[in-house]
Amino acid sequence: MPWPKATRYLGKETPRVDGPAKVTGRAKFTSDVAPAGVLHGAIFRSKWAAARVKSVNLEKAKAAPGIKAAILAHEGEFDVRYYGDEIAAIAGTSKQAVLDALALIEVSAEPKDFVVKELDAVKTDSPRVAAGNANLTEGAAKATGDVEAAFAAATAIAETTVSTPTQVHHPMESHGHTVQWDGDEMTAWSSTQGVFACRDIFAKSMNVAQNKVHVICEHMGGGFGSKFSPGVEGALCARLAQAAGVPVKLMLTRFEQGLAVGNRPSSFQKLKLGAASDGTLTAFEIYSIGTPGYSSGANQGGGSGGASFPAPYIYKPAATRVKQGSVAVNAGQSCAFRAPGHPTASAGMEAVLDDLAAKLGMDPVEIRLKNDPNEIRRREYVIGAEKFGWKEKFKKPGASTGPVKMGVGCAGAAWMSGGRGTQAEIQVNADGTVEVRVGTQDLGTGSRTVVQVVAAELLGLDRDRITAHIGDSRLPPSGSSGGSATTASVSPAIFDACENVIAELKKLSGLDDPRGANWKVACAMIGAAPLQVRGKWREGLSTGGAGGVQFAEVAVDTETGFVAVKKILVVQDCGLVVNRLTCESQINGGVIGGLGYALYEQRVMDARTGFVLNPTLENYKMPGAADMPDIEILLIDMPERGVIGVGEPCTVPTASAIANAVANALGVRVPDLPITPDRVLAALGKVPKETATTMAERSREVESAFASVAAAPGAPWVDGNSGCHPYT
Amino acid sequence: MKSNPHDATGPHAVSRRTFLKTFGTSAVTAATLGANNVARGLAQANAERSQGPGAVGVTLRVNGESRTFSIEPRVTLLEVLRANAGLTGAKEACDRGTCGACTVLVNDTPVYACSLLAIEAQGADITTIEGVARDGKLTALQQAMVDRDGLQCGYCSPGMVMVLTALLRKNPHPSEAQVRRAIAGNLCRCGSYPRIFAATLAASGQKPVTKLNVISLHDHAVA
Repeated sequence: MPWPKATRYLGKETPRVDGPAKVTGRAKFTSDVAPAGVLHGAIFRSKWAAARVKSVNLEKAKAAPGIKAAILAHEGEFDVRYYGDEIAAIAGTSKQAVLDALALIEVSAEPKDFVVKELDAVKTDSPRVAAGNANLTEGAAKATGDVEAAFAAATAIAETTVSTPTQVHHPMESHGHTVQWDGDEMTAWSSTQGVFACRDIFAKSMNVAQNKVHVICEHMGGGFGSKFSPGVEGALCARLAQAAGVPVKLMLTRFEQGLAVGNRPSSFQKLKLGAASDGTLTAFEIYSIGTPGYSSGANQGGGSGGASFPAPYIYKPAATRVKQGSVAVNAGQSCAFRAPGHPTASAGMEAVLDDLAAKLGMDPVEIRLKNDPNEIRRREYVIGAEKFGWKEKFKKPGASTGPVKMGVGCAGAAWMSGGRGTQAEIQVNADGTVEVRVGTQDLGTGSRTVVQVVAAELLGLDRDRITAHIGDSRLPPSGSSGGSATTASVSPAIFDACENVIAELKKLSGLDDPRGANWKVACAMIGAAPLQVRGKWREGLSTGGAGGVQFAEVAVDTETGFVAVKKILVVQDCGLVVNRLTCESQINGGVIGGLGYALYEQRVMDARTGFVLNPTLENYKMPGAADMPDIEILLIDMPERGVIGVGEPCTVPTASAIANAVANALGVRVPDLPITPDRVLAALGKVPKETATTMAERSREVESAFASVAAAPGAPWVDGNSGCHPYT
Repeated sequence: MKSNPHDATGPHAVSRRTFLKTFGTSAVTAATLGANNVARGLAQANAERSQGPGAVGVTLRVNGESRTFSIEPRVTLLEVLRANAGLTGAKEACDRGTCGACTVLVNDTPVYACSLLAIEAQGADITTIEGVARDGKLTALQQAMVDRDGLQCGYCSPGMVMVLTALLRKNPHPSEAQVRRAIAGNLCRCGSYPRIFAATLAASGQKPVTKLNVISLHDHAVA
């Protein structure tokens, strides 16, 4: 890799360039933008989980004081498919006017039967989410080798059933836009992970030319995979602004975030893993179902890859049989969520692997070293085990004594990442200052700072001489920020542009190297028109494929069922570290997201009403300050691999490592994520009889669901990762 | 707020205070007033102190400056700050007192601006994130938040800074446990908590332990 060896910025700690603006309140996020005369917009949503809407009367709302526009989400009759489905939208002069007018919208609808629980939806007599289609869409069984023979020959076999929750993104800034029209040209300030993707989708949905749409995202408050598209709310906002003839701001409420704008699909997994006496994995089988929401499998509506996930994850037993299904329910649609499919895949695979290790009397680290095909990850296990003190801390499952039991666990990640087509423009002014322009966006990952430091490094300048312009669809194109690809896409383009700048300045000045002490002299020759040079992403500066392993130490109170995570150790490779400071922050974030997945987060649906019972942050539990374990990070520096993104791999193994640590502490697995106190007590047999009966009933339901997946003939295989990343 | 019992007029008139007093102590009195009189009495009593539902003048002292806004009494302090005062530093993230992104100081105490009506904040000294840095110079806490990267997307940062500013004013050398407790009511979805703890300790002159190590893989052989 041609990246410089001796560096001033690369691999060092650089505070983010927009930090001061963000800690003083000066930074204008999408939700802060307010053009003169902007109206407040809001969406009127379905209170039915399923219904045929016959008519919607907006007249009273339109006539309400302050209301300037009211529009329908659909013309004519239509079906609503979940509690929260969009029906209409209005815009008015104040939030209060809009709240009053929402109550005046009249809907005539015929409620229909609905189903919101996966295990109910797979039953043949269940209400159909999409009329005429079965709720369950199965992938065809995928098999390699002779699975039966391999299991028959195995020394030990572990069978584990696990489930994972529907996890909701809940970025702190909600989804939303402000749209302003000027004739047939529209400007959208969008809270988005992709300004170009937004531009193109707006152009299509509003039927205007792409060069008439301008999308701006100066600062945005998090996305985690849920903000690639402008969404239904974007189209409604644009239509309201068109109807009103003035700008409209439509930011969703927290309540709407919990219903409508994406989630990580749930899973129920039945796994079976066999090994030879030395621990070599020989046979693997999985049946799984999960729900991506109201639209499943071939009927995908929300841009997710369904509820399938990579299997077998990481490890490669010789004989495998995989069958996965997606089941539609009357609930909000899933979409990409930080490392789509992977935390789910890891939760099952790493669990059954540990259960198998216990049967073989093997150490969990040993069985991973034996079976992990990736050399870097194997080294990471060795490094991590030493740093973590694994040998001293690991005891046989259930060996911890006393009411509060300690346990340890580990797990790995595999993420393809990699960079791709991005262009950058560098403008050098006669005074020697530099402007770098690239149409990427900063989700909080520090990409604005990456743009600045890469240019500073390669041009040999102080970073404060460089201004980074991002978050605008009129800048040179860059892809959406997904798949941990932003840094690996942007950095090479800036590298290329910097090389071109240096070549141009050489020509202009006749100097051998226009950098360093020569910079001022060379720039003085630029003249009145600044020098503008382009660069493009190219091969050889970034690669894909990050691993990473994590170790968890937990304390489980067997009297209360409470799990406290004491420590997470992360060993993470990410190629060339661009900015150590923001890189570590991202890893902290991945771990904390995984902690939520392990212990707290789950969307809860009510079977009787079809409502989401916890659409707000007081009852959808996200990790808070008090829940923080000691997080220690070992970054593996491998500059020879070039730039590799890190945002997703670091969230993959956390929940699995925690779940394995809990199983190690208790000597019994808590099969369902999140591992809430009631589930710990249930696993310990400490719950009252009635609950035990309910659990047995549920377990029968799970079994029958797997049986229906196994028995179904199967549709063409749906890959667990296909379509997870709506890259542009 | 005016509540003078002698303002009440008419044969069966009662002031709000006397009404509540009599109603609370004597059911007989209430009965003798008659149902209509009770309703009328209550409405009249409430009218003495109620304002709205239309817009009323509300005067707020924000960052040392007094400004009057014409708003409905049901409008929250957060909304006035963001929509009327142009102070968008305080963020709306949950709008129901859960996440702390909208935190401001009301008489030096951290308050969720989404859960306080603007009309009730009259007479108080309100400090928003825009009023924390003086003359464009970051406070030690703000500088530490930048240097230690106590933020990612930054949407929760204004609320975090407000709460921790109040903490450091009261307790200039907090322990990490006290920092955790202080921001227990502030959510960060990017997961910046460890760095926020470190920044706060650094701002108070304490040395947080760094957890980051960068190592070369080639120094380690596979066992």
